[in-house]
Amino acid sequence: MSLRELYQEIIVDHGKQPRNLGQLADATHSQTGHNPLCGDRLTLYLVTRGEQIEDVRFEGSGCAISVASASLMTEVIKGKTISEVEALFHQFHVLVTEGKADEAELGKLAVFSGVAEFPIRVKCATLAWHTLRAALLNEMNPISTE
Amino acid sequence: MAMRRDDFPILQEKNRNKPIIYFDSASSAQKPRQVVEAIADFYYRGYANIHRGIYELSERSSELYENTRARVRQFINARHAEEIVFVRSTTEGINLIAQAYGRSHWQAGDEVIVSEMEHHSNIVPWYLLKEQMGIKLKIIPVTDEGTLDLEAYQKLFSSRTKLVAVTHASNVLGTINPIKEITAAAHAHSVPVLVDGAQAAPHMPVDVQDLDCDFYLFSGHKLYGPSGVGVLYGKKTYLDAMPPYHGGGGMIETVSFSKIHFAKTPHKFEAGTPDIAGVIGLQAAIDYVHGIGMEAIFAHEQLLLAYAQPALAAIPGLRLMGTAPHKVGVISFVMEHIHPHDLGTVLDHEGIAVRAGHHCAQPLMERFGVPATVRVSFGLYNHQQEIDKLVEAIQLAKRLFS
Repeated sequence: MSLRELYQEIIVDHGKQPRNLGQLADATHSQTGHNPLCGDRLTLYLVTRGEQIEDVRFEGSGCAISVASASLMTEVIKGKTISEVEALFHQFHVLVTEGKADEAELGKLAVFSGVAEFPIRVKCATLAWHTLRAALLNEMNPISTE
Repeated sequence: MAMRRDDFPILQEKNRNKPIIYFDSASSAQKPRQVVEAIADFYYRGYANIHRGIYELSERSSELYENTRARVRQFINARHAEEIVFVRSTTEGINLIAQAYGRSHWQAGDEVIVSEMEHHSNIVPWYLLKEQMGIKLKIIPVTDEGTLDLEAYQKLFSSRTKLVAVTHASNVLGTINPIKEITAAAHAHSVPVLVDGAQAAPHMPVDVQDLDCDFYLFSGHKLYGPSGVGVLYGKKTYLDAMPPYHGGGGMIETVSFSKIHFAKTPHKFEAGTPDIAGVIGLQAAIDYVHGIGMEAIFAHEQLLLAYAQPALAAIPGLRLMGTAPHKVGVISFVMEHIHPHDLGTVLDHEGIAVRAGHHCAQPLMERFGVPATVRVSFGLYNHQQEIDKLVEAIQLAKRLFS
């Protein structure tokens, strides 16, 4: 596999210029995710109405893969329902661990297929998604740290 | 030195389908055939438990084991072979001193001086004592170029100072610390000094009597030997005054339910069946580096350092961390616009094994205001052309992320 297959233009682009960067004053959920192994850290802000994610932003720092993954995730999940996002996360996880998944469903998230060849980088690609899941679960789980 | 590469079969292996360039010896060194064969030979032809058998094979095994102690004594020029204790690693050795020496000799409010450039293994054992008995940690600051601020160090001593625990060479910055100066200052206050030699013993001659440190530690696996064995050197007076660390077989003279007589130094610190083959392998590793000569290894790695550091510094956007005048072959750096983990992955893809991360030295990362660095470290088998390849691969990463 070539390096360009791992670091596709869109990953480099989103890594350098992440979309949906910043906070949301009216966030209904927020959650910080941390990868202690490499120091990557991001905080996710969400506005949900019922089942639907109306808005999402994030801030943080990390490697190109983790920042690009967070940036692309925010683009993809806006407007989706929580159960759609759950299904997407499942697909994404299969993609970055096994290298192939339903591309039609994943859309531009498919650019992360190269990650599967670098198992140590799977956590970089999934940090934003794990953080998202924790953010959404918090509301249903009042004993969490939030 | 390059012809020594043939002693390391692993260097013929591939990494991501490219010839491997191994720049991670500070984490763990590769093993020469001589070490692997000594261990295999011992298992095939000489293995038995030590100290206990009344048969010849066990006598031979015991003798090899104790010979290694004598060999280590020579290697670091300790006064007595009894001052050499076999442990699992540098980490275990530091924990042993903290728990056996610290806990029996110190009280709440006593102070240990460590430096800002310590590996977590020379921070956490003291932090545990802070939790367990209320000792305090005092920190020697690090200057911008990556040396210890010795003026500040002098001012850290108080009537409660019980130990100075510093690294001989930094695993991140490469800085070789002036241990003689550090021990002289500590001894002027009647304070003993522990030296973490994990990054120094494999790369330069070490003379513990000349350094005059009271404890010295190093690991076998960074010295081209097996993992699972390390050395704790302690001045006999200190070791004799310490209670045992682990209890078990091999560290006692007599046991009854009312009274136990412990074995003498060093055996009282070696409970249970040790890593016998590891110790034999350590001897083979010491023989191997001694055969080349520690001065020759030091000189070779200094040449690599002198070649690599300016070559890396000349890459636009690259910032070196640790530019002390006296260094071992360890180079840490960060790149503008490229996260260390992304650079690490690009280098990995090109066959180059480096470390990217905090290198178990988070306080130091904080000191330099970076979450992580890329670290390149040399062993006796590295050569200049590998450094050229590294520079090329960094250029490739720059193009990829531009």
